Amino acid sequence: MSSAMYERMRANPKFRELVSRRERFAWTLAAIVLTMFYGFVMVVAFSPASLGQPIAEGSRLTVGVAVELFMFIFFWVLTAVYVRRANTEFDAMTQEIVKEAWKENK
Amino acid sequence: MNRIVQLATTLGLLTMSHLAIAADAVAATEKQATNWHAIIMFCIFVAMTMGITYWAASRTKSTSDFYTAGGGITGFQNGLAIAGDYMSAATLLGLTAMVYMQGYDGYIYMLCFFAGWPIILFLMAERLRNLGKFTFSDITAYRLDQGKVRTMAAISSLTVVCFYLIAQMVGAGQLIKLLFGLDYNVAIFAVGILMMVYVTFGGMVATTWVQIIKACMLLSGGTLVMLLAMYQFGFSFTNLLDQAMSVHKLGEKLMHPGSLLADPITAISLGLGLMFGTAGLPHILMRFFTVSDAKEARKSVLYASGFVAYFFNVIFLMGLAGILIVGQNPEYFEGGTIGGKLIGGGNMVAMHLAKAVGGNMLLGFLAAVAFATILAVVSGLALAGASAISHDIYARVIKKGQASEASEIRVSRIATICLGFVAIVLGIAFEKQNIAFMVGLAFGVAAAANFPVLILSMYWKGLTTRGALWGGYGGLVSAVLFVLFSKSVWVDVLGNAAPLFPYTQPALFAMPVAFLLAFIFSKSDSSVRAGKEIEAFEDQYVRAQTGFGAAGAAKH
Repeated sequence: MSSAMYERMRANPKFRELVSRRERFAWTLAAIVLTMFYGFVMVVAFSPASLGQPIAEGSRLTVGVAVELFMFIFFWVLTAVYVRRANTEFDAMTQEIVKEAWKENK
Repeated sequence: MNRIVQLATTLGLLTMSHLAIAADAVAATEKQATNWHAIIMFCIFVAMTMGITYWAASRTKSTSDFYTAGGGITGFQNGLAIAGDYMSAATLLGLTAMVYMQGYDGYIYMLCFFAGWPIILFLMAERLRNLGKFTFSDITAYRLDQGKVRTMAAISSLTVVCFYLIAQMVGAGQLIKLLFGLDYNVAIFAVGILMMVYVTFGGMVATTWVQIIKACMLLSGGTLVMLLAMYQFGFSFTNLLDQAMSVHKLGEKLMHPGSLLADPITAISLGLGLMFGTAGLPHILMRFFTVSDAKEARKSVLYASGFVAYFFNVIFLMGLAGILIVGQNPEYFEGGTIGGKLIGGGNMVAMHLAKAVGGNMLLGFLAAVAFATILAVVSGLALAGASAISHDIYARVIKKGQASEASEIRVSRIATICLGFVAIVLGIAFEKQNIAFMVGLAFGVAAAANFPVLILSMYWKGLTTRGALWGGYGGLVSAVLFVLFSKSVWVDVLGNAAPLFPYTQPALFAMPVAFLLAFIFSKSDSSVRAGKEIEAFEDQYVRAQTGFGAAGAAKH
């Protein structure tokens, strides 16, 4: 029974639409996080001194602290962006797909 | 309020000069005097959580209640509980101490601990919720051989749980000895027994609430200490940095990446291990099954990562403030010499800071928070370990899915009690050992044994039972061996002259081993069963994407 349901959902063009939209979105965000984070790790590994530079002439605030604080905030904002879109747009599409598969079932 | 702080600061300065004269009279003691503020506040915490456990016990009837609180936890509650599960006493005490000692290095560690969360959300959270029921083995074994794959996943889960438990128990014993003035063994038994009571009677409902209450205590306690400390610097970060750099022995280098991440390989391996280890910790993954659907699972990560990010920044400020408030006050050093050994050891910076800015009341509160933190984390671990034994090994492997709910719950209760005793025994056995590598080892095993097979089973159609077993066991064995042969065990614990493996962080080496083995042995698997497993991916994929057929979704 449920295998037949899965079959019908898979056949629904909306399913392919949902998957491709969500995958593209999730992987884009993941790529941003991974690139920034491992880029930062590479700087720590290969050019640590550059993180110790002051952010402006005479300032005590260093580039490293500013960059990290930015990442803490930015990564969290990205999670909020993803949750917002997934919980509205993607969930609505999912519900539609499941409903249509039920209808065909009857 | 301001006056009180001013008064306290003046008093602090007075006592400082007074102590400098009477420095010789200050005796260096290991075990502190019994701290009544801390004990009373901790007793209030225990009384509250016991009340909750009593209430939870009446609501814990089915296996789903026991393992996942019936899937009835909201996203916000679960977010708090995840934060409470994730931020252990090592976070509060260890990371504050790391910032105090090494400055910027501690902040880098915190970003590594945090950066796994967005990745969990984008790539894993909804698939976990849509495919899993009680444990993450439900997902790895979804279309593979139930018996073999679950056994493998349960073994690596239990390995992670045991290493993590040792770290928490030994930490608990030493901490409680210092903070409460209780004997080490008494402390270990207290933690072990309280944990058994929470988990056996209250299951996931009680464990969740212990974690929620503890997270609130931790967040508010930390924030209060941070605000009182920052008040002394006029709430100016640059002012704080300026003063910290002028007194710290690292000077200008305080805000440079330093000795902890001296070589590039260690830095990269640490980044990998902490990021993907987070995504492979069984007690964290389990929390994704306590919410009703993927929507709430996503919200959980949003809240959890917000709390974690916030608290890490609070800790960064606490550590920096500690450099001045604690590090410049002879009262907190053995023998009263600034720059000597801190009373109670390096990990006590956060506690001394609490005392310096808020007196004995705040010290007592933060000590109670630290104890509560350990209890909440060990309860989560015990529940994850017990469910690996009862749900995976007993119900699915031994009974082949034919076990009744009542017998499964009974087995998990017995497993919890056994794990409690194992934790007590290990805690006592490892008392004198240097256990600094244990948490790293737990994360390393989680990143190398749990994470690769889990992510492949969700994303890669071609994964077969043979590949999963080779990848899982290969990752487990290589992570353990890399740590065993590294400096932290081979030299520091076993006393050999030189390490066989030059790096302390295993992830960069053990993770590729796991992925490669899983890939090679799946690709070369041409059995009929493998063909069926690959075919079954299609249905699993639809369920992972839509949540149709997911456990618990229909009941609510």
